[in-house]
Amino acid sequence: MNPGEGRIETHSAVLIVEDEKEIRRFVRHALEAEGFRVCEADTLQRGLIEAGTRKPDLVILDLGLPDGDGADFIREVRAWSTMPIVVLSARVEEHDKVEALDAGADDYLSKPFGVAELLARVRASLRRSVRAGEEQGPLVRFGDVVVDLANRQVSKGDQGVHLTQIEFRLLAVLLSHPGKVLTHRQLLRDVWGPAYVERSHYLRIYMGHLRQKLEDDPARPKQLITETGIGYRFVPA
Amino acid sequence: MLDYARRNNLAQIVMGRSTRARLRWWGRQSFSRRLSAQAPDIDLIAVAREEDRARRETSVEVEPREHGKRAARLFGYLYAALTCTAITLFATPLRHYFDLANIVMLFLLGVVFIAYRFGRGPSALAAVLSVASFDFFFVSPRFTFAVSDVQYLVTFAVMLIVGLVTGHLTAGLRYQARVAGYREERARNLSEMAKSLSSALVETQVVEISDKFVESSFRAKAAILLPDLSDRLEMPPAHGAMPAYDLAVAQWCYDKNEPAGAGTDTLPANPQLYLPLKAPMRVRGVLVVEPSNARPLMIMIPEQRRLLDTFAALVAIALERIHFVSVAQDTLIKMESERLRNTLLAALSHDLRTPLTALVGLAETLSLELAAAQSDHADKARVIREQALRTSKLVSNLLEMARLQSGEVKLRKDWQSIEEIVGSALQALDPALTERPLKLDVPANLPLVRCDALLIERVLVNLLENATKYTPPGTTIGVTATRADEVLRVEVWDEGPGLSPGRERVIFEKFARGQKESIIPGTGLGLAICEAIIAAHEGKIWAEHRTPHGARFIFTLPLDEQPVVEPEARP
Repeated sequence: MNPGEGRIETHSAVLIVEDEKEIRRFVRHALEAEGFRVCEADTLQRGLIEAGTRKPDLVILDLGLPDGDGADFIREVRAWSTMPIVVLSARVEEHDKVEALDAGADDYLSKPFGVAELLARVRASLRRSVRAGEEQGPLVRFGDVVVDLANRQVSKGDQGVHLTQIEFRLLAVLLSHPGKVLTHRQLLRDVWGPAYVERSHYLRIYMGHLRQKLEDDPARPKQLITETGIGYRFVPA
Repeated sequence: MLDYARRNNLAQIVMGRSTRARLRWWGRQSFSRRLSAQAPDIDLIAVAREEDRARRETSVEVEPREHGKRAARLFGYLYAALTCTAITLFATPLRHYFDLANIVMLFLLGVVFIAYRFGRGPSALAAVLSVASFDFFFVSPRFTFAVSDVQYLVTFAVMLIVGLVTGHLTAGLRYQARVAGYREERARNLSEMAKSLSSALVETQVVEISDKFVESSFRAKAAILLPDLSDRLEMPPAHGAMPAYDLAVAQWCYDKNEPAGAGTDTLPANPQLYLPLKAPMRVRGVLVVEPSNARPLMIMIPEQRRLLDTFAALVAIALERIHFVSVAQDTLIKMESERLRNTLLAALSHDLRTPLTALVGLAETLSLELAAAQSDHADKARVIREQALRTSKLVSNLLEMARLQSGEVKLRKDWQSIEEIVGSALQALDPALTERPLKLDVPANLPLVRCDALLIERVLVNLLENATKYTPPGTTIGVTATRADEVLRVEVWDEGPGLSPGRERVIFEKFARGQKESIIPGTGLGLAICEAIIAAHEGKIWAEHRTPHGARFIFTLPLDEQPVVEPEARP
């Protein structure tokens, strides 16, 4: 991490929308310790007002709020802002997370979560939002893989790797959102088209191909990570 | 009669043959010959008087109302004779003032009156008697049947024919009117019954309504027998106007879905009629009708039977409606209790998880701060966090078990690659697995399997976790996936101490532990959850001893036909 990035993050404002006081307190504590400015809201209505007036750099949203549907909140915020939204949800409620991610959330955390995990997700989301405006370089490196997005060339080590068109497109979509979890639906829509959003078996097969070609140990992937029940995440390393 | 037979789609006509009156017998004979000539497709069965009563009685179809009214009919004949006498007496003084032709009219009026009042037979008698008295008392030479003027023979013939025909027509008309009256009454009864049936809410109401209707429309006693849960008919509670029925016959009728008893092909000698209550979905019960002694034949007239069948269908539909109302209510209650359970689980899960999340988070913050301050208490804070995490896991396990136990786990089945699921299970366990040699044999070309990825990942995590918990550090652990016919076979093995013999099944039970009261943390729910998940996927899970040493846990998942994947177009 370079010093410039660190400064951007530490001056960022974070809005926590969470009805449980103790969780709010711990999240606020963890974030303030890292230099974030934090404001809180205990209902979705309050959260919308805070988000509108304070214009935070990032929102942490609990999906289990009693006064409404978290996905609606996200859609409403997305109507006027691209600020990153990280959602909190219980582990078993995978479909809530998928719905929130499809609605435009950037990332999620399963309860209970640790401080390190929380900070990592918050930083990654902020970084992505800062970078969103910048031009992505044509060369992406991860592990010993180099992807030339402009010339559609992929090499692993010093060997050229042949990818089919769809494999390349899938890789390109994943690479363009480093660290962000992409739902099955989003990937299917972006790579295959809207008619394919229910055909998740395409995704399984092509992700398998990509891992076979690019991962050192395809059964224990390091970069093309599965988020079970949700989607996939490209982890740059 | 043929029209009637055709209209009712009758294939057989059974005719009574009385040997009592020769003339009539002869008439019937020729009638039956005529019938057979006109309708060769209909079987005619002539039954002689000596045959069994029940069969013979079925033959009396045409004019049932005249049956059993012998006295009334004799009375009619008497009246016919009296009327003729009265007219004769009345007309005798008038014969000087009136033409004989007008006297004839008086006699014809009498015939019409008799026909209207008493029907065909008496009117015929009246016609004959009228001709006779007219001849005897009015046509000269009087007081003898001899006729001097031949033209009177024409008068007699016309008078007789007109008398007979008028009598016949009038009687027919009267009969029709009476039948129409009956029909109207029955239709009214039926519609009234349908109305009250449609508002019936419980079975006893239906039974009451049908008893009342059968009583009023057929003057018969009725009972409705309803089946119990095992399809055996039950005796209804006895009440006053209950027919003496045979439960075995009723059961037969219910099982075969065919009517039995009087007027049917089965056990026609039975005095009762058993009708199955056929509803659109199934037979709902049996209606037993016992005609009263005075009118044993009422229910055997086709029209009456049709009415009875209509009535049985109405009752059946009412019963079925009540049945479905109760089914709907049961479903509603079940849904309600299901909803309640889910709400309870969700609330419990939320209420337990929220403080645990705060606890884990705050303990971690505390331990980080204490560590930064180089406090001795940092370790304690770390232990608090670990314990809170363990509690949270235990809560998840209990809630998950409760969810699976409720039997209504909603599987989010999708096409999954087992390689990927194994990968994410290993990733979830990463810190625990780092110091273990791991042997993976999960070929990339295995078929896709339809399953709930989260739950199958859960199975793998539990099995791998067990392998790490119950084997000494450094023991090799492995995952092998193969295709075996129509199933995907996944094996998690270790080279540890293995299972105690005979415990291969027990360990899958809830709260069973590998080693009783051992220091190894756990609840004994892990394998029970695995089994519940695999069972929900229609697979199997079992444990085996591994040679030379160690244990292996194997589960299978059924393989469906692979999904279609369009080949990628070459650029």
